[in-house]
Amino acid sequence: MSKIDKKEIPESVLKMKKIMKSYYFKAKFAKLFRRKIAWITSGGPVEPLIAMGIIPVYPENHGAMIGAAKMGNELCQKADEMGYSSDLCSYARADIVCSYTGGGPIGGLPSPDMLICCNNICGTVLKWYEIQARRYRVPLFIFDTPFVHTNYTEEARYYLENQVSEYIDFLEKVTGRKASMKKMQKVGSLSVEAMKLWQKILNTAVNRPSPMTAFDAFFYLALIVTLRGTKVVVDFYKFLLEELTEKVEDNIGAIPDERYRLLWDNLPIWYKMRWLSNKFKEHNASLVADTYTTAWCDTLEFIDENNFIQTLGDAYSQIYLNIGVDKMADKIIRMIDKYQIDGVVMHSNRSCKPYSFGQLDIQKIIYEKRRIPTLLIEADMTDGRKFSDEQVGSRIDFFMEVLKERKGILL
Amino acid sequence: MYILGIDIGSITSKAVLLNKDNEIESEEIIFTGYSSEKAGEGLLSKILDNTNIKREEIVKVVSTGYGRKSISFADRAVSEIICHAVGAYFMDPAIRTVIDIGGQDSKVISIGEDGKVGNFVMNDKCSAGTGRFLEVMARALELDLSSFGELSLKGKSPPNISSICTVFAESEVISLISKGEKRENIISGIHRSVAQRIYAMLKKNGYREPVAITGGVARNIGVVKAIEEISNISLLVPEKPQLNGAIGAAIIGIRSKNFT
Repeated sequence: MSKIDKKEIPESVLKMKKIMKSYYFKAKFAKLFRRKIAWITSGGPVEPLIAMGIIPVYPENHGAMIGAAKMGNELCQKADEMGYSSDLCSYARADIVCSYTGGGPIGGLPSPDMLICCNNICGTVLKWYEIQARRYRVPLFIFDTPFVHTNYTEEARYYLENQVSEYIDFLEKVTGRKASMKKMQKVGSLSVEAMKLWQKILNTAVNRPSPMTAFDAFFYLALIVTLRGTKVVVDFYKFLLEELTEKVEDNIGAIPDERYRLLWDNLPIWYKMRWLSNKFKEHNASLVADTYTTAWCDTLEFIDENNFIQTLGDAYSQIYLNIGVDKMADKIIRMIDKYQIDGVVMHSNRSCKPYSFGQLDIQKIIYEKRRIPTLLIEADMTDGRKFSDEQVGSRIDFFMEVLKERKGILL
Repeated sequence: MYILGIDIGSITSKAVLLNKDNEIESEEIIFTGYSSEKAGEGLLSKILDNTNIKREEIVKVVSTGYGRKSISFADRAVSEIICHAVGAYFMDPAIRTVIDIGGQDSKVISIGEDGKVGNFVMNDKCSAGTGRFLEVMARALELDLSSFGELSLKGKSPPNISSICTVFAESEVISLISKGEKRENIISGIHRSVAQRIYAMLKKNGYREPVAITGGVARNIGVVKAIEEISNISLLVPEKPQLNGAIGAAIIGIRSKNFT
């Protein structure tokens, strides 16, 4: 047994649970606080909402909660019955079902006053949000981010500047209030500060042993997704960073005997987090980095902190899922070098096509450039019916054996 | 002094006994049946009977295959990915890619110049492209699987058969039978379907030649030819492709540090 279990639950975990609880409480009772609610996609520009006192709610975070609570199968089954194809995104399916049935771990999300859909993460969100706009009869704003295949063009920049101003116009219209640029800038600064802290948190994993794994990052990520632009995130991440730095100083690893360092690609398999975490732990493998949680801080280079709103579009259109495969591969190669990765684990996610399409090409690029093997796991982030314990388990065993052989340990 | 490699597959189990000069002293293939443990014991006693050597002369036993962990008398269990790579590399160190088509899974493994595994891919959740797929088709056609290879070579115009799903493919075969399609054409179509699946895996994993094909299905000349046709690669077929995993396991036993 590792010494991490039970009584050593880090304080940060308890703190974070409290913050999330209070966030959902406020969202649930927004009407009492006379606040409006906007549902927004996970990669959407949230800062203007925060600046205007609107509470953002994330159906995708809700999807993750559904998955982690192992309620995905039942809800996806229900979506099948409602006529949605099981090839559609399981977040979308589960969310739509919850809207109609009030099901899920928190009895459904609080009703929205508006919907903000940014298509920088996928095309499915367009139809998903259209369905919800009809369901709740609320206005929908589509923040359109052209795909950045190779270069971010001047035309794209101009287009996105207009998108930002249209977005703010929309919010002013729905709330009946004027937006304050000063407030936007303040929220923007907090958002940038949170992103920088998040990057520092992820950076702690360059240490051997790493004080955290991707499974921890998947958990702590919820704050930068849901509350970035608020002070509570900044304060919490400062606290978490301290906690992790202490672990580094005391040489405490997230897993007891770290021998292999892996990189995870794609969304987590929410309903199998513990199972997977234990499986890798058995092989002394620590998932020290992942492309998913990094996506919430790797656009920092495009943001001008002093002109947050002006560069908002630049940043939001160049997130990991809105760039070409070569750019994605470059990012992964850089992470492989930075975190000293021995092998890559890719989750080929039935739900998330934009994340999964380029994986085979990326796998080849990684092998050509760094001679590092990749394991491809076929699954789904929320719909557990697409997961096979036996198949995934044996493939992980095979893969770890290949890594051992490469290190000369097996033979 | 001898080393025993045991490969417990989903349909058949194989054993190879090597002497310390890496020569095969004895080999055995049996049906696995319901118990991997019993299959392992059966192989061991057959090998001992074949050779008249004593149990204690076998200094190392390495097991592989899906039932590898059930062999209590094995000194170690190694996955079939590694064993197939080691087996193929032992047969010919020039081999850079192995296609292994077993009973319940198929795989493509790339091997580096040093004999170590690079990337590998396995079939996904469907049994299309495996030995089991061919068994299902043989049943539908009321034929013995061993006749598939030769018959399919006579097929002149193979129909398209789904390579995506075994169950769909089976119903396609049944409907072709009822339409009066010639058996040899249907079998040829079935082999093309397997070959398409395998070729996709080759492309997926990336391959370098020479490419070897191992596993029980490699004994089926129709499948081998179909893969060669679709991929434009000429495949190396070991003399005993089914034994490759067990040979690899035995070689690993020899290489183990504490082998004396």
